[in-house]
Amino acid sequence: MLRFIVRRTLQLIPTLGGLSILLFIWLQRLPGGPEYALLPDDATEEQRAQLRRSLGLEEPLTVQYVRFLRNILQGDLGTSLQTGRPVVEEFFTRFPATFELALTAILIAVTVGIPLGYLAARRRGGVLDFAAVGGSLIGICTPVFFLAFLLKVVFAERLGVFPSAFRLSPGLNRTDLSGFVVLDGLRTGELDVVWDALMHLALPGLALASIPLAVIVRMTRASVLEVLDEDYVRTANAKGLQRRTVRGRHVLRNAMLPVVTAIGLLTGSLFAGAVLTESVFAFPGVGSFVYAATQTRDYPVLTGFILLIATMYVLINLLVDISYSLLDPRVRAQ
Amino acid sequence: MPTTPNAQNPAEDAQDPGAGAPEGSGGTSLLTRKADRIDRLAELMGPRDDGSGGAGIWLTAFRRLRRSPMAISGAVVVALFVLVALFAPLIAPYSATAQTWGGEVFPNQNIFVGPRAENWLGLDNLGRDQFSRMVIGARQTLLVGVVATLVGFGAGALLGGTAGAAATLGGRWGALIDNVIMRVIDMMLALPTLLLAVTVAALVGPSLTTVMLAVGIAQVPIFARLLRGAMISQGNRDYVVAARALGVRRHKIALTHILPNSLGPVIVQSTLTLATAIIDAAALSYLGLGNPDPSFPEWGTMLADAQRFLSSAPQLAVYPALAIIVTALGFTLLGEAMREALDPKLRK
Amino acid sequence: MGSSTPLLAVEELSVVFDGRGSGEVRAVDGVSFTLEEGRVTGLVGESGCGKSVTSLALMGLLPPRGVRVGGSAVLRTGDTEADLLRLSPKKMRDLRGSQLAMIFQDPLSSLNPVVPIGRQVTEILTRHRGLRGSAAEKEAADLLYRVGIPDPKRRLKEYPHQLSGGMRQRALIAMAVACRPRVMIADEPTTALDVTIQAQILELLKDLVTEEGTALLMITHDLGVVAGLCDDINVLYAGRAVETAPREPLFADPTHPYTVGLLGSIPRLDAPRGEPLTPIRGSVNDNIAWNDGCAFAPRCDHYTLDCLQGPPRLVRSETGDAHAHRCVNPVRHADVVDRAVLESPSVVGDEEERA
Repeated sequence: MLRFIVRRTLQLIPTLGGLSILLFIWLQRLPGGPEYALLPDDATEEQRAQLRRSLGLEEPLTVQYVRFLRNILQGDLGTSLQTGRPVVEEFFTRFPATFELALTAILIAVTVGIPLGYLAARRRGGVLDFAAVGGSLIGICTPVFFLAFLLKVVFAERLGVFPSAFRLSPGLNRTDLSGFVVLDGLRTGELDVVWDALMHLALPGLALASIPLAVIVRMTRASVLEVLDEDYVRTANAKGLQRRTVRGRHVLRNAMLPVVTAIGLLTGSLFAGAVLTESVFAFPGVGSFVYAATQTRDYPVLTGFILLIATMYVLINLLVDISYSLLDPRVRAQ
Repeated sequence: MPTTPNAQNPAEDAQDPGAGAPEGSGGTSLLTRKADRIDRLAELMGPRDDGSGGAGIWLTAFRRLRRSPMAISGAVVVALFVLVALFAPLIAPYSATAQTWGGEVFPNQNIFVGPRAENWLGLDNLGRDQFSRMVIGARQTLLVGVVATLVGFGAGALLGGTAGAAATLGGRWGALIDNVIMRVIDMMLALPTLLLAVTVAALVGPSLTTVMLAVGIAQVPIFARLLRGAMISQGNRDYVVAARALGVRRHKIALTHILPNSLGPVIVQSTLTLATAIIDAAALSYLGLGNPDPSFPEWGTMLADAQRFLSSAPQLAVYPALAIIVTALGFTLLGEAMREALDPKLRK
Repeated sequence: MGSSTPLLAVEELSVVFDGRGSGEVRAVDGVSFTLEEGRVTGLVGESGCGKSVTSLALMGLLPPRGVRVGGSAVLRTGDTEADLLRLSPKKMRDLRGSQLAMIFQDPLSSLNPVVPIGRQVTEILTRHRGLRGSAAEKEAADLLYRVGIPDPKRRLKEYPHQLSGGMRQRALIAMAVACRPRVMIADEPTTALDVTIQAQILELLKDLVTEEGTALLMITHDLGVVAGLCDDINVLYAGRAVETAPREPLFADPTHPYTVGLLGSIPRLDAPRGEPLTPIRGSVNDNIAWNDGCAFAPRCDHYTLDCLQGPPRLVRSETGDAHAHRCVNPVRHADVVDRAVLESPSVVGDEEERA
């Protein structure tokens, strides 16, 4: 098991290394070069020349790349053009909000999607199946930002059931421990804060969950249908096991394997979706910050975000691989 | 159970039924009796639908598609969409760009014009005919979808095909090539579609080309992985082993045996990608990376622009949003139905 | 077949699948046979003749929708009788595993890949015998040992992919015999195994039948298995039994042309060198509806116009009480006839033309 983890971790190195090269080339190729990208449009020619020297752009590419890599490894992703603060710092303060949002979305998608997909498969051809498949197809085909706007207009602005923006209601008194609002609230016992935060998470969480939810429903359904046809399910029935044993131990456990992988692959699109959703709900996370960066061409922030997402994606998929190998003994053996 | 080669046609077999009849009576009576027997047998066996014999997987798949309501509704939507896009200038009653009714719409005072006899879908925020914009927009949207899919298909198939061919037939060097390509693909997979698109947009600047390229490139790893996977699974089949044993050249095996048999899932994916491309293009437009030229309306841009007026004039957003959803749904339904029709597990 | 009342009496079993669009398919079309304690009954036939569907119908494992099952299958337990085809799903669930057990064809796909072998054995002990924890584990180890798996304690913790094909089939048999069932159905249990392993598994099944007095229904297309194991044999064709006999008369004196053909297709070591095999021509798909005549007629070398006049009935053969065939023009003294007739039908046919 340990060897498996170590091997998988080592396999990450070429992926991340290659990614850094891609990013480096990208920065080189920015319109007019980094000195245009890193300085405001009205900077003078002199300022640009000075920046070129200070950035070491006259040196050979290999030297530049090594420095680029060293900076990344030391946690230096440059300075945001919007705020003038280091990108890493900006991300650090905003990350907890995005994490809570992404977690909410995944929780919604998993807790609703898996039972729904399972029931749809069990009652194949029924009304529920039709609704689940149809609904998930529509979910996949709806642009996330439009859904977010729709939810906001209907539930926040027209019905007023949920707040329409931000993480917390203004003026709410809370003790800040870590930036994770819900967690802090639970630790300090400020349940009003927890409730308020959850209410704020509901709509953006739902919007962000739409695509993972649709994917998980369809995936679970297809997977369960396939497993129901397997010989070992017939064996389990031939042994006269109780229905719930057959369903839990023999059907669901095997059917979950591809779903687990799918959840891992979804995390990438989840963070991209966060950019759209957060901007709609003015949710103060990394996503809305990056949305602002795309509007102002804040390249250091964009670079940093790509690096952050790629790293998250790779790490989450490592976790998925490990949990997969715990679930499926055949993978471990290889 | 061994079968004779001419077992395909039982009626023919019966012409030569052997000396079963123990009653070895006279010539003519035996002959008529024999003919009776054969006729009766042929009659009882009836017209035989030898569906399993001649029809290839594509033909069977097509037959299944014709019966699937999913495929039919998908095909109808897609056909409608393509027709509107092709004949857009003929269908659109007004110019899509002229602000003909500019004097009637005041967004800052919340004055909008809804559907009326003159303008079937009302006016947009600048006093242009919404219906005409929707129709012309279909053409742009189709263009984005098709070009993006072609980019993704082309580059992905090239990468995946090379990797797949190298992995199945290339020996040790092939494995290396496959490995390198797959690492690159993994890297691309680690970048979410939208950010990949933002990256491309940053390189080229916002334009329709950017959107098409960006969305297309984002699909490359999916196509590549699919084709490679299908080729490797085909490459392990016995017929490939047989072809190699017969000394057929490797590139010939790859091109004439493995590749054609691996294209099914890739073609299905192209249909699904057309839907994804249209949705992703809308998201890019929302991020401000879409076509900045307002003279070419595109559903994504229209939807992104209309978000500002969502509470006061929701119809401006709802039309393009519905159009995107329905079109994407059409392509998805068609693609899913094709996938089911081609799935050997579901084929009887 | 025996004077005592049978343990399981299957009468006129029929299974019809409602095909979607393509009309219904009669997979099993009136099959009758009996199972008796300590005896092995064989169901023999080509793939597609309805063998497996028969076994699934008896186990109540056919899909709940789109299938119609007819006839009866009366299981006698003590003084009570129960028709397996009419029991409620819940009652059947109680019977399966405890009174009725089944061994499947492909041991790898029939075992759950992500659950340890031990768990798959103990779960049936828990369900039907109420054994839990270490007691169940000890019993599971005993079972594995009984079916010939060495080092059972270690094997309990292993997963199916870690076992060899023969071991997997032994594990499946262990699960089948875990609750000492009265009736055991084995559906081609040796097809997926190596020849040497096949013999071991058959030996094991034989021992279990003699020791426990279980009635075994053996489903196979392999006449070698039949010859070695079965006491009574039913030859199935297109969903109906075409010949029923105890082992000796069937092999010594087959009467139905299909049985003769099956026997003729086996390579024989004692046959003269260079003698060609005599396969049955065509495939199981070349048939006609039983209502119109004998379904085997299109492939039969003996058929006459009489064969095409309505369904042939099952008639007693002249070789013995227990021997019956469904044929209007049965083969007599096959061993003489089949070689001569089947050797080269076309040549003989030409002679007929000339005559």
